[in-house]
Parts: sequence; C-alpha cells; structure tokens
Amino acid sequence: MAEIIAWVTSPEFIVYASIVGVVFGGLQISAAVMVYAERKVAAFMQQRLGPMRVGPYGLLQPVADILKLFFKEELRPKAADAFLFTLAPIISVATAYVAFAPVPFGAPTTLFGLLDEPMALQVSDVNVAVLVIFAVASMGVYGIVLAGWASNSKYSLLGGLRSSAQMISYELAYGMSLATVVMFSGSMSLREIVDLQQGYWFGFIPKWYIFIQPIAFFVFACAGIAETNRAPFDFPEAEQELVAGYHTEYSSMRFAMFFMAEYINMVTVSAVAVNLFLGGWHGPFIPPEYGWIWFLIKLAFLLFCYLWLRWTLPRFRYDQLMSFGWKVLLPVATVNLLLTAAGVLYFGL
Amino acid sequence: MLFYIFAGAAVLGALLVVTQKNPVYSVLALIASFFGLSGLYVLLEAPFVAVVQIIIYAGAIMVLFLFTVMLLNVPREDAAEWDRAHPLYRPMAVRIGGALAILLALELGWALSRTAGLGGGVADEHPAVSSVAELGRVLFTDYMFAFEVTSILIIVAMVGAVVLAKKREE
Amino acid sequence: MSIGHYLVLSGVLFSIGAAGVFLRKNLITLLLSVEIMLNAVNLAFVAFGRQFGTVDGQIITFFVMTVAAAEAAVGLALVIGLFRHRESLNPEAFTSLKW
Repeated sequence: MAEIIAWVTSPEFIVYASIVGVVFGGLQISAAVMVYAERKVAAFMQQRLGPMRVGPYGLLQPVADILKLFFKEELRPKAADAFLFTLAPIISVATAYVAFAPVPFGAPTTLFGLLDEPMALQVSDVNVAVLVIFAVASMGVYGIVLAGWASNSKYSLLGGLRSSAQMISYELAYGMSLATVVMFSGSMSLREIVDLQQGYWFGFIPKWYIFIQPIAFFVFACAGIAETNRAPFDFPEAEQELVAGYHTEYSSMRFAMFFMAEYINMVTVSAVAVNLFLGGWHGPFIPPEYGWIWFLIKLAFLLFCYLWLRWTLPRFRYDQLMSFGWKVLLPVATVNLLLTAAGVLYFGL
Repeated sequence: MLFYIFAGAAVLGALLVVTQKNPVYSVLALIASFFGLSGLYVLLEAPFVAVVQIIIYAGAIMVLFLFTVMLLNVPREDAAEWDRAHPLYRPMAVRIGGALAILLALELGWALSRTAGLGGGVADEHPAVSSVAELGRVLFTDYMFAFEVTSILIIVAMVGAVVLAKKREE
Repeated sequence: MSIGHYLVLSGVLFSIGAAGVFLRKNLITLLLSVEIMLNAVNLAFVAFGRQFGTVDGQIITFFVMTVAAAEAAVGLALVIGLFRHRESLNPEAFTSLKW
C-alpha cells in the first residue's frame, strides 16, 4: 500500500497523469473550439459575421451548443439495432481519442527543473508509432459503418457503405505516403522523425520534410481529409444527397459524440502531419523548451486549411472520388515511394 | 495472466463468430477475436505483427466483409431453414463427426504429451527478434522469391475480384 | 507461458474455425470461419518463431495475411456474383451444375 501511495505521489506519476489529462481535456476543448472556428471561418468566407449573440463575438456559442445537445431527447428508431446503435458512437469517439496517444507534441522537458529526468510530452512513446496511429485510425470507420447499418434507414446505410468504400480506397494512398516518410527518415517513431527535421539549409530554410517530400505531403493531406470525411470528400454525410448520411437517425449526445470524433480526428491528422512534414515543435525564435507553442501554431494553421478547403471546394461526385483515389492518388504515391527508395538506396539521401 | 485474458478474448470471439446468426455480429466478433490475437503477438514480442494484424485484418479485410454484408443486406439465417438443414439434427452425421472429433482430440493430446521441449517458457531459450529492420532484411533477402510471388498473387486476386463482381452487360 | 499453451490455443481456434465451416449455412460466415483457421495457424507460427528466436515465423505470418486478403477479395466477389443469381447465401442453393 505504501509503495502505491509513494508511486502515485511521485512527481513523475503526477506529471504523467497531468499529461494524459491535458491531452484528454485538450482534445475535448479543441472539438469545441473547432465548432466555433468552423462557423466563424465559414461566416468570414461568406462575408457574414457568424455567431455574435452568445458572449463577446459569440465566444460562448460552443457552450450553448453543448448545453442544447445535452437537453435534447435521445431518439432511437424502433427498427434500429439497439446494441450497435449505442456502440457505434462510442467506437467513433474512443478511436479518435486513442489515435492521439502516440503523438508527441513537444520536446522533452523537466518542467523548469521540477523533475530529475526530462519527461516526454506525449502520452505513450511507441517505437512503431506511425503504424499504431494508422491502425487505430483505420478502426474509426467501424463507428460510421455500424451507425449506418444499425440505424436501419436507407440514407444511413448509404452513408455507411460510402464510408467503408472510401476508407479502403484512401487508406492505401495514406499508407504509401507514411511509408515514404518512414523510409526516408529510417524510423517509425514520431519523436525521432521530428528530431531529424531539426536545423536549416543555407541558414534559413528549415529542414522540414514538406520541402523534400512535397508529393508525399500532398497525398497525405488528400487521404487525411478523405479519412476524416471532410469536404470535399464528405460523402458519408453529404447533406444534399443523403439528408445527413450515417448520423441521420442520431440525436442529442450520441450525435454530439460523432461530431466530437470528427473534430478530434481532424486534430489528430493535423498533428501527425505537423510531426511528419512540418518539423513538429522545431522552429525559430522560440526556445526549445517552449516548442509546444510552435506545435500549436502549426496545428492551428493546418486546421484552418481544413476549414478553408471545406468552404472553398465543392464536393466531388462519387465516381470522381473513386477514380481520384485509385487512378491518381495511389499511382502518384507509389511512384513517389519508388523514387524515394531509389534515392535512399543510390544517393543515400 | 495477460495470456489468459487475450486467449479468452480470441476464443470467445471465435465462438461468437460461429454461433451468431446475424453476419454483422459475426464480423464484429471476429474483430474482437483479432484484437485478442494481436495482444498475444505483443506477448510473443512481435509488435510489428501485432500492429499489422490490426491494420490488415481488422482495418481492411473486415471492412471488406462488412461492406459486402451491408451491400447484399443479407437477412439473418432463416431459423426454419437452420433447423431443417442443420447437420446437428442428422443423427448419423453427428455420431460420425463426434467420433472423429474425439479421435482427433485424443491424438492431439497424445502427441502433445509425447513431444519434448513443450515445458518452460516460450521466451526462455532465445532472445526475441522484434526489430522491424531485421524483419525487413530477412523478408527481402531469404524470402525474396516468395515475396515476388505474393505480389503476383495480389494482382491476380485484384483482377479476378473485379471481373467476378462486375455486372455483365446483357 | 510455454509453447504448449500457444499450440493448444491455436488448436482450439482452428477447431472452432473448422466447426464453423462445417456447421454454418451462410457463405459469409464460412469465409469468416476460414479466416479464424488462418489466424490460428498464424499464432502457431509466431509462437514457434519466438521459441526458436528467429523472424521466420513472423515472415510466414505476412504471407498468410496476404493470402487471406486475396482470398477475402476473390471470395467476396464470388459471393456477390452468386447472390445476384439466387438471392441467397445458403451454399445448398448452389448445387446445380448449370443455370
């Protein structure tokens, strides 16, 4: 008993627990912030003001939205499969949270000398982190597919079907772009990949992989947007065609869980992109201990791009989505992989 | 301890696959079983296989199965048909099958009891090889031919699947 | 855990898969049962590989997974084709030699 108390009260444990807490809470808050940001960005792109009533500049709008969702009635269609109907949103949210676990978001820190050994700013340091994220992210599709099937409604079913087809198609290109980076850096640990991107060429161009591997970044971005079901690839919930797609029959907190999962997935994909291609927490002007500030800046920029794309590009047609995935993205990613392999082998890049 | 948890998950999942009448539940049970197996691979110090198990099996193959189940919108197995056609309701088949199963189990038990080197921990004698680099090196040297043949197999399967599933134009 | 534990588990999983193939009357469940059998074999391979401290067990697992993926793709395509003809997934609906 005494050992347990000593262990629980040791600074390492407290710091680790608070890192887990910060990540968990941060993801939750980020979902709320993203809801607000989405409406504001949309409004500015359409020359409107967006939410202004609740709080200054409508800042409390997400709070109001969450409260509203809490007090709504939980609906479940009579013909729905009760067990899977409840399980689906849980799978969605759980995988969204778990996927962020191996993502590092800052250089190891001693917290101003509080700890004897530097602590990694990351929930779990796995040495095959890239694969783990890929694996967990590919589990997220079950939430959507099962929601579509369990609702027992034709629009939901179509949304679920589209989601599974889309996920299988784009996962290949996604994996290929990850493989390119892994091959180039020679590591599967996100922390090592980030540290390889330290430093500058000619003193001012940062050594980020986006400059060496722009094609891989492009493929990763496209596949990432498709994996998170965001416009222009938001087929599972295409409003104009399928009412609301897979979550047509959902209401109240279950609906909110799907929404939260979508925004958390966006954050995770962006965070992985920052680590793989944009140099993670390395950047000029800010001392390395405060690297997480750079990380947040880059993350915010990528998330803004997400919203920007949504309100700029129209949705693809479904056959265009499939032919883009199979006939453009996958060949481009494969050729890029082969070229990188040749480069690593013959020129030792 | 962990072994029994993961093994229990794998066996329970597999049993549910075989006993569920609704194919969607069968697919889900199989995914649970795969997670159990993945945990066992971690215990066997093969983390790469564990992750690949999730990516390929749970992430791709099972999505394909689920897609097919949903596309066909298969009804659950008809209860009356299950009763009528079920082999467990044919006494002769049950007797022969049961006898064969018992024989097989006895043989297995005998073989296991006679085999040396089954005691002791699985990790006692040799250190684990779990580095992905070593795996890749062996795969692309010793198993090069098999690897290339696999790629042909995949292409054939891909073309075959497209041809088979395509609607013929009348 | 000794290698025996893993082998017994592998045998149990394989038997469950085999029982599924014999007992079920639904083509999709049959394919799922085949997947269980393949996985049982994978487990035995990885356990042996660990016992002898080589990577070969893990590598054969990859080949089995590839075969499983190919099998699933072709098998499900066949299932879709058959379903179009008979509106049924019962293997006994496909006993005629010609249609």
